[in-house]
Amino acid sequence: MNTMTAVNTESSISIRDLTLNFGAVQVLKRMDLEVAPGEFIVLLGPSGCGKSTLLNCIAGLLDITDGQIWIKGKNVTWAEPSERGIGMVFQSYALYPQMTVRGNMSFGLKNQKMPQAEIDARVARAAEILQIQPLLDRKPGALSGGQRQRVAIGRALVRDVDVFLFDEPLSNLDAKLRSELRVEIKRLHNKLNNTMVYVTHDQIEALTLADRIAVMRGGVIQQLDEPQTIYNRPANLFVAGFIGSPSMNFIHGAVKGGKFYAEGIVVDLAGYEGGALIDRPKAILGLRPEHLTVTNTAVAGKTIAATVEIDENLGADSLLWLKAGDNQISVRIPVEDRLNAGTSVHLEVDMSKASIFDAETEARV
Amino acid sequence: MADATANTPAVGIGPGPRGAKPRNAFAPRNIMLYGTLIIVAIYYALPLYVMIVTSLKGMPEIRMGNIFAPPLEVTFEPWVKAWSTACTGINCDGLSRGFWNSVWILVPSVVVSITIASVTGYALANWKFKGSEFFFAVLLIGAFIPYQVMLYPIVLVLKNLGDGISFFTVALGLGKVQVYGTLWGLVIVHTIFGMPILTLLFRNYFASLPEELFKAGRVDGAGFWGIFFRIMLPMSLPIFVVAMILQVTGIWNDFLFGVIYTKPEIYPMTVQLNNIVNSVQGIKEYNVNMAATLLTGLVPLIVYFVSGKLFVRGIAAGAVKG
Amino acid sequence: MADTGISSSSGARGAPGSVATQATLPIARKPSRLFRNLASKIALVPMILTVLVIFVGCTIWTVVHSFTSSKLLPKLDFVGLAQYERLWGNDRWMVSIKNLAVYGTCSMIFSLVIGFTLAALLDRKIRFENTFRTIILYPFALSFIVTGLVWQWILNPDFGIEKVVRDLGFESFVFDPLHSDQFVIYGILIAGLWQGTGLVMCLMLAGIRGIDEDIWKASRIEGIPVWKTYVQIIIPMIRPVIVTSVVLIASGIVKVYDLVVAQTSGGPGTSSQMPALYVMDRMFKDQNLAQGFAASTMMLVAVAIILIPWAYLEFGGKKSRG
Ligand SMILES: Nc1ncnc2c1ncn2[C@@H]1O[C@H](COP(=O)(O)OP(=O)(O)O)[C@@H](O)[C@H]1O
Ligand SMILES: [Mg+2]
Repeated sequence: MNTMTAVNTESSISIRDLTLNFGAVQVLKRMDLEVAPGEFIVLLGPSGCGKSTLLNCIAGLLDITDGQIWIKGKNVTWAEPSERGIGMVFQSYALYPQMTVRGNMSFGLKNQKMPQAEIDARVARAAEILQIQPLLDRKPGALSGGQRQRVAIGRALVRDVDVFLFDEPLSNLDAKLRSELRVEIKRLHNKLNNTMVYVTHDQIEALTLADRIAVMRGGVIQQLDEPQTIYNRPANLFVAGFIGSPSMNFIHGAVKGGKFYAEGIVVDLAGYEGGALIDRPKAILGLRPEHLTVTNTAVAGKTIAATVEIDENLGADSLLWLKAGDNQISVRIPVEDRLNAGTSVHLEVDMSKASIFDAETEARV
Repeated sequence: MADATANTPAVGIGPGPRGAKPRNAFAPRNIMLYGTLIIVAIYYALPLYVMIVTSLKGMPEIRMGNIFAPPLEVTFEPWVKAWSTACTGINCDGLSRGFWNSVWILVPSVVVSITIASVTGYALANWKFKGSEFFFAVLLIGAFIPYQVMLYPIVLVLKNLGDGISFFTVALGLGKVQVYGTLWGLVIVHTIFGMPILTLLFRNYFASLPEELFKAGRVDGAGFWGIFFRIMLPMSLPIFVVAMILQVTGIWNDFLFGVIYTKPEIYPMTVQLNNIVNSVQGIKEYNVNMAATLLTGLVPLIVYFVSGKLFVRGIAAGAVKG
Repeated sequence: MADTGISSSSGARGAPGSVATQATLPIARKPSRLFRNLASKIALVPMILTVLVIFVGCTIWTVVHSFTSSKLLPKLDFVGLAQYERLWGNDRWMVSIKNLAVYGTCSMIFSLVIGFTLAALLDRKIRFENTFRTIILYPFALSFIVTGLVWQWILNPDFGIEKVVRDLGFESFVFDPLHSDQFVIYGILIAGLWQGTGLVMCLMLAGIRGIDEDIWKASRIEGIPVWKTYVQIIIPMIRPVIVTSVVLIASGIVKVYDLVVAQTSGGPGTSSQMPALYVMDRMFKDQNLAQGFAASTMMLVAVAIILIPWAYLEFGGKKSRG
């Protein structure tokens, strides 16, 4: 049960043993999460895994079923959203359509009965940071998507809070604006240095923005780590498959005597960075497309023989789809090295970047 | 249909059809279609036309001619008479009395019913609590109960309500208060019977507004009323107009509740109209009757013609309920 | 899901250990269950009162009193099914039931057929669609009293259609439904259809317009005639709208009252009696309350017989909400 451990006053947000049910469905399952002050945490996962639900719990927009939420050393489990010291940015911007930009940004402060002079000063500062001064007297309807989202961020900014919550703020924008605002959010974080919890299902956003990523599935955090670790050492098969595009190649086989055996494939596992390689009758070898190189020479235990099926030109580089026995394998290669379908090649494995999963538990070995 | 798409060959233009396909406005299909629609339109428009021409004729002309013929001699006397001197029983001050009664009934009934239903719909959409959906479901089922089942006990409820209020007003030295048989009794009845459909209308509308707006309002520290007045209401003009149309026509056209819950002095226009036209005494003045009928239909007709598409939306919304 | 989750149905919040924490940290106050969401609960008081007092309370009251011998005043001296035996032995009631059956069947069939046909005609991308729709729908804005009086006038044998046709030379033409025991109900039907079909048309048109345009492209490419597309493809696709219309028409039929009062007052004799009229006369004219209650209870049963199968079809598969 929930032992009354001392509160981690270091943490900006502390989620302890959080459970949330919608009726009979358990959407969040006994979740624990500590977010350090000034940290940028990204909640990443497929749609419906409970990311928004978790964020809404932190914001106080949902009543939790069990557990506690602490923000800045205060137990806010039963506090109203406006009492929690958070600002929130939504996917659909959620700007009040009948109020001007200025009205939108000052609405929360007015509800706090803040003096008008102070409100004006805060709005002006936030507008300056976000470069939206010229828009202050317009209505949201007269703004573009990117401008709206800036205003929505501004509305969170004026609250002068330590914790920012973002729920897929860029999903409604087109690709170009998305990357622009992504950079802007990062810059904002560097400048203000407050805690940010950012929900997305876009792994590029997650990898570029996060100090740490929490990969979620079915209301459970699968792995909480720095982006590089998530990418290179995925904790389990789900994380490995979810992160990376195109997805990691999975080859089903067995581990025996330090070697991986699959149909027509034998790979020496020397150099694998991970746990002890005991024999497993059922294992999965995970290889990212960018960690394979195409060569012409076969080296026993180091290469996999394969036949080119399709070569997709992606512009910057090229994606090669090959067949090795039963397994389909994708490899990223420079565009200049394009190969014709039917060519037989050998794929060299960088074992230091490979992952091996137990087929039963799906956990990384 | 002949495939007559004009292909433009790469070199030159070939024989055969080219360009836009010719249209024939007098194709048999069109004649059938518009012919049918025009006949239908005449059928629907005819009664309104007959009302108008009859109300503009003198009685001798009515006795002589046919009801579809336009008036030879236009007279507004029937209108004047219908408005100011037509008799119901002993009262001979015309429909004007009923008109003003209807106005006095209409205004508070529309305001009260829409106010209550909008707040109810908002609470049901955004601030659910355990049991709120259950009551709403029963409310919707209630919309299907024939009014006749509840008419009599509501009389008792209104009487008791009056006695209950009187208990306090008498104690305060303000005298006795009546609810049954008064304007306010009828306002309550209209509020009650308008509630299912209006609540459904408002609930669905508020539920269709982006939920994130509501969440943003809560993060900004606005409460139940703050969010309602500052965020939701300014966005809800269309649905209020639809509700107004629904209630203005519905309450103006009501007959049943008017008969039962008011007294003759404050009978609404529909009741008075029926009493004028269907009174057995005296000779029938059809022109006056039709003028009176038109006068009574005027308010909803104006609402209908002015509101156009919104009216359709309103009844389509009303139709969802069944 | 529209649920903003201000309170999930479980309601519970917080961890077992958090009570201890609460003591040390004042911000964590556990709101009492009853007072959570208090503003919303207060806002729903009118709805809850309406549901409990009117829709549930008054209905039960009437049903209970239908088993008594209440005359001028309600009293609780139970007489078993005596009122129902008297009811079903009463000629006027039997006439009402017969009338309701004829009116109901015809009204249902014609409303649906005419409504759908008109909707299909208007759907043919015609010019002046708005004008046609406005003309066909306007009677719906009028009160039943107005409708009844206009048609009483148009069907008047001395001045109306019968006279006009006779003046054209057809001396023996007879069209006087309102003064015929046998046909009076059809006279009422004409007026009822005139007023109500516009709504059905509007609903059906909305339903047809809601269908994916690609259906039309597909049927055109496959060369299916337009009328066949409507009958075989569109009708099955707008089933929900048809169901709504059926429920709407049916609940209107059971309640029909004002129209008859205005057009015929139940006559000639008792030949255009309707159940709602019977109830009103027993309760408010004859001071035979319990008989009125029994008749209105039968109306309630009739509605239930229509609605329960519908509700079962509509919601039977899904689990109930609430
Ligand atoms: N109000 C609600 N009532 C019931 N179930 C809900 C509600 N909101 C979300 N859910 C369910 O909870 C799960 C998580 O939803 P959510 O947190 O919105 O996912 P996402 O990770 O895409 O943001 C989903 O399966 C969703 O269907
Ligand atoms: Mg989400």
